[in-house]
Amino acid sequence: MSALVQERATAQPTQAIASEPRRRPSRRTVLLVSAAVVWILGFLILNGTSTLALPASELTDLHRSLNQFNAWVAANRADNPVFLYIFTPLRSAVDAVANLFTTTFAATTTGLRLPEIGWLGTVALLTWIAFAVGNIRVALLTAAVFVFFGIQGLFVEATYTFALVLTSVLLTLLVGIPLGVLAGIYGRVARIITPVLDFMQTLPTFVYLAPLALVFLIGPASAVIATVIYAAPPVIRLTAHGIRRIPENTREASDSLGTTGLQRLITLQLPMARRTIVMGINQGTMAALSMVTIAALIAAPGLGQTVVRALQSLDVGTAVNAGLSIVLLAIVLDRVTTAASRRAEPGSARKRSASRKTRSIFLAVSLAVVLVMVQLSRTMLWAAAFPQDLNVGPAIVQAVNAASHWLQSNLSLFTVSLREGVTNGILNPFQSLLTDTPFYILVIVIALVAYALGGWKLAVLTTACLGVIIYLGLWSDSMVTLAGTLVATAVVMVLGIVFGVAMGRSSRIDQLMRPLLDAGQTMPSFVYLVPFLGLFGATRFTAIVAGIIYAAPVAIKITADGIAGISPTVVESAVASGSTPWQVITKVQLPMARQSLALAANQGLIYVLAMVVVGALVGAGGLGYDVVAGFVQSSIFGKGLAAGLAIVFLGIMLDRMTQAAAAAPARRIPSPVK
Amino acid sequence: MNNPAISVRDLWKVFGPGGDKIPGNRELSALSSAELLERTNCVAAVRNLSFDVAKGEVFVVMGLSGSGKSTLIRCLTRLIEPTSGQVLVDGNDVLQAGVAELRELRRRKVSMVFQHFGLLPHRTVLDNVSYGLQIRGTGKNERHTKAREIIELVGLKGYEQHYPDQLSGGMQQRVGLGRALAGDPDTILFDEPFSALDPLIRRDMQAEVIRLHKDMGKTMVFVTHDLSEALKLGDRILIMRNGEPVQCGTGDDLVGSPADKYIEDFVSEVPRADVLTLKWITRPLADTTPRDAAVLNSRMIIREAIPAVMHSPCPVLVEEGGRITGQIDRDSILSVLQPAEAAA
Repeated sequence: MSALVQERATAQPTQAIASEPRRRPSRRTVLLVSAAVVWILGFLILNGTSTLALPASELTDLHRSLNQFNAWVAANRADNPVFLYIFTPLRSAVDAVANLFTTTFAATTTGLRLPEIGWLGTVALLTWIAFAVGNIRVALLTAAVFVFFGIQGLFVEATYTFALVLTSVLLTLLVGIPLGVLAGIYGRVARIITPVLDFMQTLPTFVYLAPLALVFLIGPASAVIATVIYAAPPVIRLTAHGIRRIPENTREASDSLGTTGLQRLITLQLPMARRTIVMGINQGTMAALSMVTIAALIAAPGLGQTVVRALQSLDVGTAVNAGLSIVLLAIVLDRVTTAASRRAEPGSARKRSASRKTRSIFLAVSLAVVLVMVQLSRTMLWAAAFPQDLNVGPAIVQAVNAASHWLQSNLSLFTVSLREGVTNGILNPFQSLLTDTPFYILVIVIALVAYALGGWKLAVLTTACLGVIIYLGLWSDSMVTLAGTLVATAVVMVLGIVFGVAMGRSSRIDQLMRPLLDAGQTMPSFVYLVPFLGLFGATRFTAIVAGIIYAAPVAIKITADGIAGISPTVVESAVASGSTPWQVITKVQLPMARQSLALAANQGLIYVLAMVVVGALVGAGGLGYDVVAGFVQSSIFGKGLAAGLAIVFLGIMLDRMTQAAAAAPARRIPSPVK
Repeated sequence: MNNPAISVRDLWKVFGPGGDKIPGNRELSALSSAELLERTNCVAAVRNLSFDVAKGEVFVVMGLSGSGKSTLIRCLTRLIEPTSGQVLVDGNDVLQAGVAELRELRRRKVSMVFQHFGLLPHRTVLDNVSYGLQIRGTGKNERHTKAREIIELVGLKGYEQHYPDQLSGGMQQRVGLGRALAGDPDTILFDEPFSALDPLIRRDMQAEVIRLHKDMGKTMVFVTHDLSEALKLGDRILIMRNGEPVQCGTGDDLVGSPADKYIEDFVSEVPRADVLTLKWITRPLADTTPRDAAVLNSRMIIREAIPAVMHSPCPVLVEEGGRITGQIDRDSILSVLQPAEAAA
């Protein structure tokens, strides 16, 4: 009996949270409502004035001076000391490594001669490596997928991409693991590095490219450097995390025996963090693949370039064919590195210890066979270039094109009406609400929201970000991007809550969905555009749908973890006091998972923003278009660079605002009511 | 006590900003824990503690959680850096030792057994036990030979190639014990080593420690929150509260004459007849007692004296050092067995 009373007592506070705002609106509610009122009034009364719209072909003075800067860099590359002694040698060094791998696996720089190792040798070698670090299953997968690249007619492109990923991952590990170890051991290093990593990870892949191309020219070197910058954060973070996660008592026990710092690192920290470090390598590899494909925009060779060209000429068939290769490569890289991390698990060795000797003999023998195949592929033409009679690439392209046409003409009732309905019903009105309201009204509105979420500091920060965007001359384009991002994020959150709650409440649904979500998260952002291009054609809507699908997995997972993480006794006590499932969800689980929801919104926003920007390739306007156009036409290079910066500041603003929403307490401690 | 193994003088450990100023400050160091926390935001985990541990002794530090006992034992080898005071191990001041000297101390003189074992999950039992030897640079064959001996000593023979997660808690702690013994240290520190184990295993492990102590005669400092464990193992027991020593003495000192209400509460549940000796219930010799009655030694545990006293028709005499010091009768035994009634 007394237990029941206690349970009721614990259930009550949650109900109190839910019903409190109804009685007395909090300060935050007042602020948010007044922001909405200001916005609507501003839109209705001052509609169309001070919108700061800038037609696509027009430039501001700032853009022109950035253009001049571009020209200045081009002119002074040869003799400016910064370039002469820092950037150019760095570029040459990276280029040398990249060349080593591309000439080994893909083709020589001229593109005419065959690579050092032909297709047979490449397949054999990679299969052997997959077996050595993983197991027989991933080795077979590797072999099958690389042969399939040949059948697709994309073997050279795929090996280019693979070679660049390999280069990038090696350089990333060279930089990332030592930094991660330092950050794991020294709290001070971690405190310095973490905000930098946070910042790097909020940036959409896209915005790295223009500045790097400016400094390092277009080509593989820039692509690799961009990739290293993008792929290093997860490696650093997970290495540091793996070391910091080692239980204090284990560390203490080793200290109590008198270990030196180096002994501790070698005997304790690295072995115990090994699994996490390999997980970091897995994440870094996936990030690298994502970036290497996007780096096609700055002329990185490989599958990405095939996709970009196909997207630009709306050739769905080729895009799907190459997109499929990227997906397959992603699967191979993911599976092999995951298998490697399983192998790195403590205790995995002992399960196999019986076959250890057999395994090493087998490895040695198969290596000999592999070397023979490598030698064959260097001397025999059939083993060097993938046989053309096996190439069914064109057939795939044609079939996909036919299917896409069929879908677009036969499903048009559905696809077109959905597209037009959403575009005209939601997207356009919301976009014009953002673009047609005078900028100063919007600045006030956003600052008010920021103040409500995170106090005056956040308000100042967001105002500053908006100020920079205005200064960059890209206010209107930014608002277009913002509109798409917010609409997509809203949908992502709906998906996140619906599926997240379902997964959080039922472990069976969780088991069913999690592999799908995991797979979804490993795909490079790029390939999401391809199927939707086939369905919906080249429009803004396509980019937004791709963004939603790209961002949904992370939002769903975070929400599900938040719901599943609620103490079961709380849920049990709510059920025991007679709540319906709906009441449990709305009054207990969602309010208690509030922080996870805000985190899901934060991550969802960042993912969506990245995708909406990339979506410029399939017809989304806004900042992404400016960036892409900037790559193509040197006359608007400056505008593209400015647009990249605008994306950065938009991203910072959105990130900080959602983070503040996540960090804010659910309610203030109630002031004594008289 | 000449040449103690460990000698602690005026030891302080204050956590918090500016904690190093508190021991020297007469006003602040006199404050109670709560006042200190309020005034300075510091927590004094160990306050002005002094004691000696004799060679070969089992010295138990006992207290409830938060009493500072785990901090204290870590201060002895500076796993936690003490704020001030002196810790002498074999006459050398640990607090003045340099990095290399401290490392040598940990490698050869003082080793430690931990509550949560702290084993390396990626190493076998053999490699865990020989870890300390490896750290100090012993060759592979030699350290494995030594480790095998130790593994047999702690009763784990046959488990050399197992990994920690394949062992039960009690066996894991045997590995922890083996690791501490492998370096052949003079002193072993135990930080609540058995509190994570279930009661039966705990009893086995306590017996194991008693056996090892008898066999090897090492000095042991043993931290526990379990009074019965303290009484079972400890030659002497130091009871701590809020970082301060409350009482230090043998088990029957604590039970027989608790220093204050706190200790009294602490020991109230102890079956006194199992701990106290006859000394504590001896009464002056009455004239009526026949001089030829049975004689018992004053250091005999009361429970063991019960049959003799109960079967004797008259009170029983108590001797100490060959001299009759007094007598006991059935009433005095009953008063120990029924402390509540006796108090009432």
